[in-house]
Amino acid sequence: MWRYIGRKLFVYLLTFVIAVTINWMIPRFMPGDPVRSMLNRASISDPEALERMTTYYETVFGLDTPLYQQYFNFWAGLFRGELGVSSMLYPQPVLDIILRSLPYTLALLLPAILLSWIVGNRFGAFAARNKVLDNTVLPVGYILTATPYMWLALLLAWSMGIVLGWFPASGGYSFSLIPEFSWLFISDLISHWFLPFMSLFIVALGGWAIGMRNMIIYELEADYSNYLQALGAPRRLIRRYAFRNAMLPQITGLAVQLGTVIAGALLTEIVFNYPGLGTLILSALNNRDFFVLQGVFLFVVVGVLIANFIIDIIYVLIDPRTRVQMTGGGA
Amino acid sequence: MTLRVNDLKVYYQTLRGDVHALDGVTFDLADGEIMGLAGESGCGKTTLGKSLIRLDSRMKHVGGTIELDGKNVPIADEKAMVPLRYHEISLIPQYAMSALNPTRKIGRMIKDLMKARGVDPASIEDELHRRLELVGLEQDVLNRFPIELSGGMKQRVVMVISTLLNPSLLIADEVTSALDVSTQRAVAESMVEFRDRGFVKSMVFVTHDLSLVYQMADTIMVMYAGHVVEKASAKTIVNEPKHPYTQMLISALPEVGSTEEQGRLEGIPGKPPGLLDPPTGCRFKDRCPLAFSKCSERPPLVEIEPGHWAACWKTG
Repeated sequence: MWRYIGRKLFVYLLTFVIAVTINWMIPRFMPGDPVRSMLNRASISDPEALERMTTYYETVFGLDTPLYQQYFNFWAGLFRGELGVSSMLYPQPVLDIILRSLPYTLALLLPAILLSWIVGNRFGAFAARNKVLDNTVLPVGYILTATPYMWLALLLAWSMGIVLGWFPASGGYSFSLIPEFSWLFISDLISHWFLPFMSLFIVALGGWAIGMRNMIIYELEADYSNYLQALGAPRRLIRRYAFRNAMLPQITGLAVQLGTVIAGALLTEIVFNYPGLGTLILSALNNRDFFVLQGVFLFVVVGVLIANFIIDIIYVLIDPRTRVQMTGGGA
Repeated sequence: MTLRVNDLKVYYQTLRGDVHALDGVTFDLADGEIMGLAGESGCGKTTLGKSLIRLDSRMKHVGGTIELDGKNVPIADEKAMVPLRYHEISLIPQYAMSALNPTRKIGRMIKDLMKARGVDPASIEDELHRRLELVGLEQDVLNRFPIELSGGMKQRVVMVISTLLNPSLLIADEVTSALDVSTQRAVAESMVEFRDRGFVKSMVFVTHDLSLVYQMADTIMVMYAGHVVEKASAKTIVNEPKHPYTQMLISALPEVGSTEEQGRLEGIPGKPPGLLDPPTGCRFKDRCPLAFSKCSERPPLVEIEPGHWAACWKTG
């Protein structure tokens, strides 16, 4: 068991190092000079002053050193928990900016991913082998899962936010309120959270339900199901077994889907102007603030890696076959 | 008489029409009898085995009756069959290697199954352990997952599970096909022992391995293209078969010590007829060297001597 986890940890660590390296590279090879664009905003006409300010900021951001040294500095900063200083919101540290946005994204993503997965699986299992449900719900599921996240988000924002006016269509909370721990503020937060959450939830739900339905049908045709049927076992027991076995690919699917869901969350946040990481990425891109970009990507990478690692471990706990493989024992 | 099957007809429904897999099968099975059910692939032997316990969704009961211990077996009625299954009629499936749920420990699965069938798991626990020991398995297999067992072990576990409630009739479908020769023998011997100890009253042993059933079965029934061709004691079938098909089937088996000079083994030329639109009369007539005009009528299965039944105009 520990050997398996150790091996997995090593692979994840390697992935982490590579991801961080790419993460460091991309903004540096992107077109546009962040210091220049920051100074452009100040519209300084004196070339000498411009020259001196450029040198000053390059020292502040650590851009005056050779590339390889920047790379090592980046790693060193990482271990001290320093992600640098933002250029668009100078002089705020990147970490503070990200930590401010992170709760919004997590509050969107975690419930959307987990609830859509749980509900979708239950629902798919329920719809399998039920003619009426299968014929009505399945096509809807196919449409939902093929829907782009931001398109559904736009649709929801327009219909329920603007036409019906049930929910606010933009922002994380009303600008008239001051963040505090009160019922008024929390209910306002929730009403702002609802539409972006729903758009993520609905798209993911369709995919899970279809996957589960197909898996259940497959498992109900499996030999062990036939054997139990021949021995007169009730439907309930057979379906319970089928469900448990059908869950295994769904868990793998969850790990695979995580990346897409996060991308979907970025677009959804932008549509709803939700103050999470997605919106942060967009404004960082627009302002060529590659310190913030780097920081956000780092958080996304770490988040996906941690989630995948957890799923790997869960998988081992519930599927005896992976357990046998990893301990190296045979039949 | 344990089992009495009378003119059983079961067809497979396909898009191109009905496949007449069992077309009027009649036979009796006595208490304590192990009957080997032999024939080529596609002759309906597995279909017969399945029909006795559970029709799958494509199978349709067209006619005929089955009686077990004097009671009718309502094979077409899925609900009414449930109380009979496992308690009265049980099955060791063809796919015993994959018959166990891969994500449940075997002991746990047996408990679940017992509870679902209204049997207190504690009441059969000692018996379960005894029977596992009888087939040479340790009690520890109950704490293992199916993947941790070898093919032969899984086969034996399924054997024990299937017979745990002492059914009247056990259908063993190709149980030895996937095993190597030495394991085959062990499995066959355990099956006989299960019968001798009264774990099962009687048994239908579906196989295409005539030499194996010859050693363990009391009687052998040979099927061809959905019809019963001949039924007699195992010795009679192998040593003095009367039906031309059985004769050719037996002569296609090698004998110990035979060499090529003594004559090459003869197969049966031709192939069995398609059952989507089966020929009338005797279904073997196109391949039969003895066929004559009367063979266009279906020969009845008659008792040509006590305990020896055959369906051929030439033997009657």
